[in-house]
Amino acid sequence: MVEFWRWKEYRWTAPDADWKNAGTISCGIDVGSVSSQAVIMTDGSLYAYSNMRTGSNSPDSARRALDWALEGTGLKQENMHFIVGTGYGRINIPFANKAITEIACHARGANFMYGPTVRTVLDMGGQDCKAIRCDEKGKVTAFLMNDKCAAGTGRGMEVFADLLQVHIEEVGDLSFKVDKEPPPVSSTCVVFAKSEASALLRKGVPKNEVLAAYCSAMAHRIFSLLERLGVEKNFGITGGISKNRGVVDRLQKELGITSLQPRYDPQVAGGVGAALFAKSLVEKQRAGLVAR
Amino acid sequence: MKANYGYKDGSGEFFITIDTDKCNSCGDCAKVCPPKVIVMITNDYDEVVPAVAEEHRKKIKYDCAPCKPISGPRNLPCVAACKPTAIVHSW
Repeated sequence: MVEFWRWKEYRWTAPDADWKNAGTISCGIDVGSVSSQAVIMTDGSLYAYSNMRTGSNSPDSARRALDWALEGTGLKQENMHFIVGTGYGRINIPFANKAITEIACHARGANFMYGPTVRTVLDMGGQDCKAIRCDEKGKVTAFLMNDKCAAGTGRGMEVFADLLQVHIEEVGDLSFKVDKEPPPVSSTCVVFAKSEASALLRKGVPKNEVLAAYCSAMAHRIFSLLERLGVEKNFGITGGISKNRGVVDRLQKELGITSLQPRYDPQVAGGVGAALFAKSLVEKQRAGLVAR
Repeated sequence: MKANYGYKDGSGEFFITIDTDKCNSCGDCAKVCPPKVIVMITNDYDEVVPAVAEEHRKKIKYDCAPCKPISGPRNLPCVAACKPTAIVHSW
C-alpha cells in the first residue's frame, strides 16, 4: 500500500566543514508533533541535521534524530557542548540541557535562515500554526499561536494527500493545474473539510480542483491569523508547509507580499534556533555569567 | 513582547494579550484570577511575566466566562488589577 502522506526523511552534512577545529559545538533538537529534527552547529554555522518522523515516544524520537544527524560525522553526543530541546516533546528529552519554547526557537532560526531583515515569521507545523514577529536579533516581539484546530496544519494536508491519493510533495504543483481557481472548502475543521472534499469528488470535481480548494482554504485561514497579529516586512515561512507551493503562493497573493528565500530547508528552523540558543548558553557559561 | 494566548475556531476569536514590555512582574493579575487562568512564569528571555496556563489555553472562552456577564459592567479582575495595563482580552 502506498502511503501518500509519507514525506521523505533525510539527513544533511555541510559539504566541506570540519568540526575538529570548532570552538563551540551546539545542538538543537526539535521534537514536533509530526516531525523531529536534530541540528548540529559548529561556531554558529550549520554543520549537520536530520529530519524524520516523530514516533509515539518523544525521548526515543529525539534520540533517533540525534543519532542520525551524528551518523558519519565522527561526532558523538559527548562532543556536544550544549543541547537545547524544543517543540511539543521538549520537556521529555532526557539528554537535553535546557528546554526552550518553539516560538523563541523559530524566531531565532528564521533570523538565521532568512537573515536579520525578517520581521514576521510564520511557522506552519504539523499540528499548529504560529505567527511570530521578531526584531533584528531574532527576539520575539509578538506571537500568536493556534493549536486548537487542525485546519491550517501539516497534519491536515497529510489527511488530504491520503484522501486524494496524491503524494504530499506533489500537492502544491498539482493544485495549480486547474482551469480556474475553485472556491475554498470549509476552513474551520479538517474533518468537515474532508467530508466536503469527498462530496466534491462524488460530484465529479477533478482531484486537482479539490486540492486547490483545500490549499486556498488553508491559505485563507493562515491569512486571518497573520492579519490579527499584523504583518511587517520582511516575511519568512518556516515549518513543513513552507515547502508546499499550493499554500504558500496563495497566501502570498492574499497578503500581497512575497516570502524571503531560505538558506536551508525551512523545516529545520526550529532546531537551528535551538542550536543557536545552545551556543549562546555555552558562551554565557564560559564567561561565568550563569552557574554551570 | 505581545504574547497572545488563545484560539480562533468556528465560534469566534478568543485571545488574551499580555504585553510583557509593559508588565512590572508584580503578579497581582495571577492573584486575583478566580479560575487561575493567569499564572506567573519565567519566559524564554528570563522575564517573570504572566501567561495563560497551559491547561486553560484551549478553553478560555469557557474558563473566563464567569468574569464576563452578558450584560452589565465587565470589570475583569485581571485587567483591573494590572496597573501598567498590560492585559487585554479580545472578546
